[in-house]
Amino acid sequence: MSEQTLPLPTTPLAGARQTAVSLEPVQRSKVTEILVDSVVLAHRSLLRVPRQLDWLIGVTVMPVMFLLMFRYIFGGTLQAAMPAGISAVNYLVVGIIVQGIVFGGMNTALGLATDAKEGLMDRFMSLPMSRMSVVLGRILADLSITVFTTTTTIVVGLAVGFRPTGNVGDWALAIVLMLLTAFTFSWIGAAVGLWLKTIEAVNSIGFSLIMPLTFVSTAFTQTEFLPGWLQGFARHQPFSVITDTMRGLLTGYPEVGNNGWISLAWLVGILIVVMPVTVMLFERRAKS
Amino acid sequence: MSVGQRFDGTHAVRAEGLKKSFGKTEALTGVDISVPTGTVLGLLGPNGAGKTTTVRILTTLLQPDAGSAEVAGIDVLKHPEQVRASIGLSGQYAAVDEILTGKENLVMFGQLYRLSRKAAKARADELLERFNLTDAANRTLKTYSGGMRRRLDLAASLIVAPPVLFMDEPTTGLDPRSRNDMWEVIQELVNDGTTVLLTTQYLEEADRLADEIVVVDHGRIIAQGTADQLKVQLGGERLAISVADGSDIDLASRTLMSIVDGTGVSEHDLQIDADAHQLTVPFPNGARGLTEAVRQLDAAGLEITDFSLRRPTLDDVFLKLTGRSAEEVENDAEKASAA
Repeated sequence: MSEQTLPLPTTPLAGARQTAVSLEPVQRSKVTEILVDSVVLAHRSLLRVPRQLDWLIGVTVMPVMFLLMFRYIFGGTLQAAMPAGISAVNYLVVGIIVQGIVFGGMNTALGLATDAKEGLMDRFMSLPMSRMSVVLGRILADLSITVFTTTTTIVVGLAVGFRPTGNVGDWALAIVLMLLTAFTFSWIGAAVGLWLKTIEAVNSIGFSLIMPLTFVSTAFTQTEFLPGWLQGFARHQPFSVITDTMRGLLTGYPEVGNNGWISLAWLVGILIVVMPVTVMLFERRAKS
Repeated sequence: MSVGQRFDGTHAVRAEGLKKSFGKTEALTGVDISVPTGTVLGLLGPNGAGKTTTVRILTTLLQPDAGSAEVAGIDVLKHPEQVRASIGLSGQYAAVDEILTGKENLVMFGQLYRLSRKAAKARADELLERFNLTDAANRTLKTYSGGMRRRLDLAASLIVAPPVLFMDEPTTGLDPRSRNDMWEVIQELVNDGTTVLLTTQYLEEADRLADEIVVVDHGRIIAQGTADQLKVQLGGERLAISVADGSDIDLASRTLMSIVDGTGVSEHDLQIDADAHQLTVPFPNGARGLTEAVRQLDAAGLEITDFSLRRPTLDDVFLKLTGRSAEEVENDAEKASAA
């Protein structure tokens, strides 16, 4: 470049800025840094929740509406198709619970797309923080929200005739399965949110992926009612297997059998694929 | 206690041959920039000129296709995480959380700068005080005015008192009073020893704050120097007159051209603002030529309402360099983005 610059001053960079606070960074290990940053960002996301009441009501009410609709509109029809002594309400409520958990992944997708749109993502990227915490913190916060909405759904379910039979051990296993499912679908949501750049795209494409997954399944019907070519997919796809496992644990029908292990295999398998894809999408985003 | 990393470098920012394309669009076609430590560099240009792309590369948000850059003595491409600890970024693309309160935002960013929660809180209070936001500390940003939001945004980028501050269009969209307040704050930071690289579309802003100005257009540097140097490139002083009657503009322009006849000034140099009845022409005749100019205008029977000899503004510089006024460029950009 041409040498048209000013005479060079020799003053040190930071001169007279005074502060009473020590601005020395806290020294932590890499892993602790990631955890601390994730918790800071999860805290930030959770601070937003009570201030966006319309949103919170939306995500809480949706599964409850599904629950009431299916319970009172389809409950009777489905009861006729159930084996003797098996409650269709029990069958449906568990389906709604798992559907709500899977829908929770959309929060992660929308949250990341919103941060990108509002410019917060760029601010985070310009800080000396652990970058993956932008995703991890979001997932952590969304897990807490899903715990809240799932609890609400279960309570409303109990009020309209859901009668789980599982013992403490069954419940413990069911809770672990619910958390792992929420975690996995949150990662899928993260990948979708980082892949699609706009909130509108996340909404439309996200739901058009999630709807068939939750409906072409055993969640709200017996697979015998489906056309033959759909039965295989509906019976074996991960959402169905997870829902059936949860049913086995909480209500005893269908029996858990191998479903528990197959669910675990699905979830771990999905995570093994989706986590690196998310990291890749995130790094691509971070550099462009 | 005095804070901030120090280094002996004479330049807080140095970049050479920065290139970046997005698909087929060349956003930067080889940009060199250097900012002497403790000074302000103004990156001036219309929307889409490459200002933001330059800032994003220097703040590690974007990887250039070619070129190298150093900020606070640290290689931007090799040690981006160290660069991030030494810079503050503020402005249109680096936002704060609208749904959090001012204090919650600052505490969060403080913790992400790796301060302990206690230190982050203390620093947040300090900055809120300094930026006159203490009363609004516990209100969400949605309730802030534009000026307050910019101050908070700037405060967030000053948490660790970084030696180098990048500001992307710090006053775009602010009312004149808030803009003035912002300029004072920036000036104060510079007096404290902070090196600032700011982008702006406002010539007045660059003129007021920047020690050196780099003018970019279409991804390349088209001029650089101090505001004075850029103005000198235009060949000195200009004569501006206003006529009372709009129908006199033709007569006035012929008269002006005959006044500067023989000095090398051509009709292309004559600027006419028909709405304001104002005509401006380069005036190499010097102060002595003024009497003669007044005499000729009078002899032509023109009613002159304003007559002044002024130094060129950065607007004149921009017009000369790009062939468009800053406003026209702005309108073009809006049309292009609307199309």
